[in-house]
Amino acid sequence: MALDPSEVRKIAHLARLGIDEQDIPAYARNLSDILAFVEQLNAADTSDIAPLAHPLDATQRLRSDAVTEVDQRDHFQSIAPQVEAGLYLVPKVIE
Amino acid sequence: MHTKTIVELGAGLRAGEFSSEELTRRFLDRIKHHDRRLNSFVTVTEAAALEQARAADRRLASGDAGPLTGIPFAHKDIFCTEGVKTSCGSRMLDNFTAPYDATVTARLKEAGAVMLGKTNMDEFAMGSSNETSYYGPVRNPWNTDAVPGGSSGGSAAAVAARLAPAATGTDTGGSIRQPAALCGITGIKPTYGRVSRYGMIAFASSLDQGGVMAGTAQDCAMLLEAMAGFDERDSTSVDRPVDDYPAALDQPLKGLKIGLPREYFGEGLELAVGEAVEAAIEEFRKLGAEVRDISLPNTHLAVPTYYVVAPAECSSNLSRFDGVRFGYRCENPADLTDLYVRSRGEGFGPEVKRRIMVGTYALSAGYYDAYYLKAQQARRLIRDDFQRALGEVDVIMGPTSPTVAFRLGEKTDDPVTMYLSDIYTIAVNLAGLPGMSVPAGFVEGLPVGLQIIGNYFSEARLLNVAHQYQQVTDWHRRVPEDFV
Repeated sequence: MALDPSEVRKIAHLARLGIDEQDIPAYARNLSDILAFVEQLNAADTSDIAPLAHPLDATQRLRSDAVTEVDQRDHFQSIAPQVEAGLYLVPKVIE
Repeated sequence: MHTKTIVELGAGLRAGEFSSEELTRRFLDRIKHHDRRLNSFVTVTEAAALEQARAADRRLASGDAGPLTGIPFAHKDIFCTEGVKTSCGSRMLDNFTAPYDATVTARLKEAGAVMLGKTNMDEFAMGSSNETSYYGPVRNPWNTDAVPGGSSGGSAAAVAARLAPAATGTDTGGSIRQPAALCGITGIKPTYGRVSRYGMIAFASSLDQGGVMAGTAQDCAMLLEAMAGFDERDSTSVDRPVDDYPAALDQPLKGLKIGLPREYFGEGLELAVGEAVEAAIEEFRKLGAEVRDISLPNTHLAVPTYYVVAPAECSSNLSRFDGVRFGYRCENPADLTDLYVRSRGEGFGPEVKRRIMVGTYALSAGYYDAYYLKAQQARRLIRDDFQRALGEVDVIMGPTSPTVAFRLGEKTDDPVTMYLSDIYTIAVNLAGLPGMSVPAGFVEGLPVGLQIIGNYFSEARLLNVAHQYQQVTDWHRRVPEDFV
């Protein structure tokens, strides 16, 4: 699968990833190479093979529904880029 | 002092031959003197290290010391350390002071080990050469024009140059074993779920596993003993007792069944690396092991499978870096989308961006079945290969890496060529198995690693096998001459 520049722009947008316009052709080339490489998988016969999500086939452990964490809001917000009155600040979302 | 193993250093501390403070100062001095040529540390925590060392000396004096009390180590900068910058090799986290300790960090602290600093690494552990770090490449102590491997390249170089007696690492596709091989040290990646991932910055959560890099298998056993074990804060941590790794080291190898996968000795393997590995296998024969050929027929699917699964998981994991709660934020964002797009665009380097985009594409509507589902099916084929083989043999051996350390810049223009340097390590992560790399010779002055793979939770056996080999060889005792 060869990606063209417009597809790279679309993927970058989906991932909310700023890419310089001048770098788009190089990303298109690299990503196309990687996708061509992984498409070797198409040659493998995987009919009737169940997908493997966890090597030990483990499932998520459950715990009782009890509060186990203490409130550390101020501690965690001390490293935030911008906070006010315990809230994270971002640019205005609603006009 | 700096060429001693942890076991020897521990004996010296307990006998009062030197204090932890003296030992710590020695390694801090070596870092100061030598690391400008290697760039293996992102942060050196001198004051905190000396404070921890003095606390360890008090514990030693009061008789309340364990085997790691007062022993210095270097910590990969992927593990959160409360109050200390935790960068993950990225501009995104250059300003990130972790607000809590990873479980691995906490356990080593409790054991009384002394953290010298945080080691350089490929950005978010994505790389095989340590060239994707925001802090610049790490150099290989055996030849500073060569890469140390990656992603735990800083840890490997620091241990090889004896700037630290041991270091932590993480391994998602070979990131402990490949740099251990390329730098001539011993490294172990445990079974998936053996070491807690809590506070270990996530790259590909179904593959990531923390482990140890040190001079000897015995030292790896000591550290792993302290790090491993169930942690309720990691939902994939396995609730199963930790074996007594040091106690298992002395078991004789007579009758050990070793399998050599023919797929690991074929095209792409550098001839001289293959010869060094064959010579190592010969040593095991002399120790009484039985060696037979085996096949892992789906080996060729491992790297392509990994480069779907790992990017898919990375694109999801790294969506948390949004410039809102912590980490890098761009200047003067115009609106919320601009804040996300520019913070991520400016905060991440090119390899991380490539992988996020590959993962985003593979998981996007209409492509999921063709890429992600297909890769998960191939992943089962790869795991089943190992299960069949490990029904016949106790351990699997082969080269860790197809070549010795390559030159800086040699593979940076071609991601796929770089990815193939992990061809023998990646399948182990897909299968969730434990694996080690052990020094097994040199080719033109650069180290060769022997890989040893075992069944789930066979860490004690792997360490035993490696330790017995290290009783009859001295490759692991060599020190690069510029760092003696």
